Amino acid sequence: MPEPGYVAVALGVAIAITVTLRALPFFVKGALAGSSLLDDIGRWMPIGAVAILALYCVSRIDFGATTHGLPELAGIAATVGVHAWRRNAVLSIVAGTVVCVAVTHLM
Amino acid sequence: MRTDLTSVASMTATLLETRLPAPPSDLREAAREAGVIWAGLFTLGVGFGVLVASDGLPWWLAPLISGSLFAGSVEFLLVGMIVAAAPIAAIAVTTFLVNSRHLFYGLTFPLHRVRGRAGRAYSVFALCDEAYAILSTKDPASLSSSRILWTQLGLHGSWAVGALAGGVFGSTLLGGRGALGGLDFILTALFVVLTMDAYREHKDPIALGAASAAAAIAWLVAPGSMLLVAMTSYAVSLVVRHRLGLRASRRDA
Repeated sequence: MPEPGYVAVALGVAIAITVTLRALPFFVKGALAGSSLLDDIGRWMPIGAVAILALYCVSRIDFGATTHGLPELAGIAATVGVHAWRRNAVLSIVAGTVVCVAVTHLM
Repeated sequence: MRTDLTSVASMTATLLETRLPAPPSDLREAAREAGVIWAGLFTLGVGFGVLVASDGLPWWLAPLISGSLFAGSVEFLLVGMIVAAAPIAAIAVTTFLVNSRHLFYGLTFPLHRVRGRAGRAYSVFALCDEAYAILSTKDPASLSSSRILWTQLGLHGSWAVGALAGGVFGSTLLGGRGALGGLDFILTALFVVLTMDAYREHKDPIALGAASAAAAIAWLVAPGSMLLVAMTSYAVSLVVRHRLGLRASRRDA
């Protein structure tokens, strides 16, 4: 166990920086309020952010593993297929995950 | 006779209205929508707890870090750095770099829907990727204050409880972790689904194309800090697009 004082400072610093990063844009937003730039960011940022997060997850797939990333790719295909078909987020997520886990265990 | 019919009709309407199920509570609504994601964060939390325990740190550090920091990827890095006794400055820089992407979340997160000082403070504290992704892609008018807070409390709680379980049962779960393997796919599925929904809402191929290009370039150029590089380049592309759009509309006018 590292020294408790060191752990406390390390954790405290990480918390302070994280909370600051999360809070800062709300103050910037006040300065931008009513600007057309903020309107555009509001329109374009959410879709871009979720797309980037999705692609980030894809980039983390280990294609060099023994499964060659096939479980994850099958899971994504199932998620997209079920979601295009039924438009039910929970159903699509569960279906994709079941396929991913099932293929993992089959391989 | 006619008045009778209308009164019967209006009575039936009133009856039908009162027979309609009461609107689900905000907690139930949040659980229905984000419950699967809570389950996903719980399993990831277990993984984090197991890591803390297997690194020889006391079990209670897992729920303590998860409850107080609540920033998934940084927590995994932090544990490694604590074990290696990394300098505090290195921990600060790493936290800053990994979490800088949050700078873009507050601009469009529906915080104005959250009532009360304490509620808003908590909402900002618990503004993780999942909370932003789930809540900012919805019409803000459809979100109540407690629905937002329940969604975030559920994410936060399941992550911390998962870490507690992983920390306490670490060694026992270490062998059984294979059974949980694959469940972290829930988050991949979540972001895929949210992207499809966001695109259906606003058919904006430019936004999707720019985001994909930003992600691809970041993946090639800086795989270690892909999220930060991708979010920053996408944000820059937004400003450029905004400027071009403004110029175009001015020319039109």
